[in-house]
Amino acid sequence: MAIDILMPALSPTMTEGILSKWLVKQGDKVRSGDVIAEIETDKATMEVEAIEDGIVAKIVVSEGTEGVEVNSVIAILSEDEESIDKISENTNNVSHSMSSDVNALKDDAKKDFKKTDKLSQNKPSIAKTEDGSATNKSSDGDSQNIKILGKRVFVTPLARRIAKQHDIDLAIIKGTGPYGRIIKRDILAFSKSETKATSVFNEGQITSAKGVIIPHSAMRRTIASRLQLSKQMAPHFYLTIECNIDRLLDNRAQLNKMVPEGIKISVNDMIIMASAMALKKLPEVNGWFEEDGCRYFDTADICMAVAIKGGLITPVIRSVEKMGLSDLSVTTKDLAARAREGKLKPEEYTGGSFTISNLGMFGIKEFAAVINPPQSAILAVGAGEKRAVVKDGELAVATIMNVTLSADHRIVDGALGAEWLQLFKGFIENPVTMLI
Amino acid sequence: MTDSQKFDLIVVGGGPGGYVGAIRASQLGQKVAVVEKENLGGICLNWGCIPTKALLRAAELKHNVSNLSEFGIEIEGSININLKNVVARSRKVAERLSIGVSHLMKKNKVTVIDGVAKIQNKIADGWQIAVEGKTNYLLESPNILLATGARPREISGMEADGDKIVTYRDAMIPKKIPKSLLVVGSGAIGIEFASFYNDMGVDVTVVEAMDRILNVEDREISDIAHKSFEKRGIKIYTSATLESISKSKNGVTSTIIIGGKKQKISTEKIIMAIGIIGNTENLGLEAIGVKIEKGHIVTDGFGATNIKGVYAIGDVTGPPWLAHKASHEAIICVEAINKKTLIHQLSEDAIPGCTYCRPQIASVGYTEEKAKAEGYDIKVGRFPLLANGKAIAMGEDEGLIKTIFCSKTGALLGAHLIGAEVTEMIQGYAIARTLETTEAELMHTVFPHPTISEAMHESVLDAFDRAIHF
Repeated sequence: MAIDILMPALSPTMTEGILSKWLVKQGDKVRSGDVIAEIETDKATMEVEAIEDGIVAKIVVSEGTEGVEVNSVIAILSEDEESIDKISENTNNVSHSMSSDVNALKDDAKKDFKKTDKLSQNKPSIAKTEDGSATNKSSDGDSQNIKILGKRVFVTPLARRIAKQHDIDLAIIKGTGPYGRIIKRDILAFSKSETKATSVFNEGQITSAKGVIIPHSAMRRTIASRLQLSKQMAPHFYLTIECNIDRLLDNRAQLNKMVPEGIKISVNDMIIMASAMALKKLPEVNGWFEEDGCRYFDTADICMAVAIKGGLITPVIRSVEKMGLSDLSVTTKDLAARAREGKLKPEEYTGGSFTISNLGMFGIKEFAAVINPPQSAILAVGAGEKRAVVKDGELAVATIMNVTLSADHRIVDGALGAEWLQLFKGFIENPVTMLI
Repeated sequence: MTDSQKFDLIVVGGGPGGYVGAIRASQLGQKVAVVEKENLGGICLNWGCIPTKALLRAAELKHNVSNLSEFGIEIEGSININLKNVVARSRKVAERLSIGVSHLMKKNKVTVIDGVAKIQNKIADGWQIAVEGKTNYLLESPNILLATGARPREISGMEADGDKIVTYRDAMIPKKIPKSLLVVGSGAIGIEFASFYNDMGVDVTVVEAMDRILNVEDREISDIAHKSFEKRGIKIYTSATLESISKSKNGVTSTIIIGGKKQKISTEKIIMAIGIIGNTENLGLEAIGVKIEKGHIVTDGFGATNIKGVYAIGDVTGPPWLAHKASHEAIICVEAINKKTLIHQLSEDAIPGCTYCRPQIASVGYTEEKAKAEGYDIKVGRFPLLANGKAIAMGEDEGLIKTIFCSKTGALLGAHLIGAEVTEMIQGYAIARTLETTEAELMHTVFPHPTISEAMHESVLDAFDRAIHF
């Protein structure tokens, strides 16, 4: 009996991903729980485990395939050796958006696993000869690396093949065929306008008339689409307030003397805590704007923006309001570290209710952040710095930190946002009140 | 009496270009008028494509009935042709379709005006057009679409007289079957009449100035057709020029020159089918400066002439002289006028051509010669119908399916078909070309068995040395 291994959904919002690596090959025996493949989503790399014992009868989606749809068949397990042949034969109708080498695989699966493995690595040099010379390139040409994620590229077979032969990235071609499909003339027109300097650049960098185009990474596309959506859909407004953090710094120094070895509470931890307390006091800010209504949460699940290679990610710290500062500190450090390594689990970066972005360490005095949709607001934290202030009618020195709340006016009105900032400021300037 | 009316678009000519353009414009919300001097549907429907297909169907049935014994069916008595009824049926078919077009005009709220149109004046927001007919009209519109078609080209001194020397129109309404016939010109029109009259029992001779018949087709197809026609008893002279014609009481004697030598051919009638020229005259085009070259209006690929607001499509703009080309050009032109985005001009290689002789001929795209001349490295596939089960079962195993691919990209550059039903099959290759499939998709397409279309599949396979059944 054949068992289909499906492309897993690593998060509720995931629709497709990259099959980055196969850890098994056809013919391998696997046991339930064995890690068999690595899947890359727009945010992280995840491992796929076998759910049953069996023999890998067929790898349907080859390593390195992008845009693999969730729930499409990526491999087939067989319970016993005998049925492998049958599976190879019957998988003709396996549906998968980019698996045009399924047929090529089918032909070879029975005869020669090795050859199939090679093919599935998508190396052009292993082009098959049986189709004649024009098809030599077609087995890889037709499933060529469509360097676009989150969006299907519509392209005619001929245009795709010519693009491949000219090493043109389809993602940067504007289609002029029906419904914007890329047709032959689009490729030829692009090819004409392209400078001849392609070879000067590294692979993956495609020249156009001006500058160098680096194809988008999955993360870049996600950032682009989500933040564009945010700025287009959510009417942002911005409120800035100054916070005196002298007392917070004192309190932090005292606390750090008391916490267990290895833990060091940061200003950022205390900002997260203050935000959580303000959200708890004013749950009207702790929500999402949705089509049919506003969704409000009873826990403060706070995302923190972490800059990582090639982009940023926002791991979420759940139920911050229930945490102690030392717990919070440990959690944030762990999440940030794993975020930088690309090892967050999907549930660790999805579903927060509020986001904090802190650029204080770069000396940024204040800035306005783009809301992380569908959340209602984001807090942009500037650097704490010593400034001249007027205190009791006298000039004095205090450590001041500017924070700016970007709020979605569809769910948070101006006065509500201001009230939230006042609460936040109260907690920051007098941290002990968080204990009330 | 003069009626003044304003329109968004005035189409001159109600043929397959004009009426289709009018419908499309109406669909796009325009107020449209079509001016037609004779019958809606134009030459195609009234005096071309359709009535000749009715005649050729009669010829095909006659041929089939004459060969019934091959299929084990015996009929007693003689097979007689009632020419009057053959022609009458052809006229009835044309009439029925012309009425159909007038219904389409009504349904699409297109105003049909009977008469002859002429561009009268340039006015502030377009053009004034005078229509002369039973009622005279003065129409106004910012845009004019000329779809006036074409008429047979004539050789001075050998003009059609409607009796001994005829063109297509008289050729399709013969009063009696001539004993012998000379067809001058071996394009689609000439060859279809040669095929029809041959089946009607006429002694047919074809004279062609080029070195082969049907010279727009692939050479291999021309050769197969040539042999097939000769087998049927049609005499063919290629590289032959018609020097003179002398009429006598019982017919005409033509002098043709073949390889420097003169030869006389005497026939009862002559059909002149040496090409057509655009109907560009008496439209007021010269006065407003519309550019005309070699009897055809010059356009930019989207139907625009050099004069703003004046457009032209179809036969009047040049070859290929095909109804479906006119229709498609009209749609592109009207959409361009209405600023629809993403319109591409019609590519000539995308227009299939069909000739309804026996065996039928159909093609799309480049011939082998043309593909080579364009610098393509090509792969050619061939599959003869004598290896196709359905063709053999039908008793129609004469023919060839030829495909031409670009070796480098796998693009289907051209397809050339001769044999039974090929005019109904060519659209498969036309779709493949429009969708820009490569050989891979065609190979992976399942063709139903048993059909003649399987030969289309095999031809593709053969181009890559993978034919299964040959």
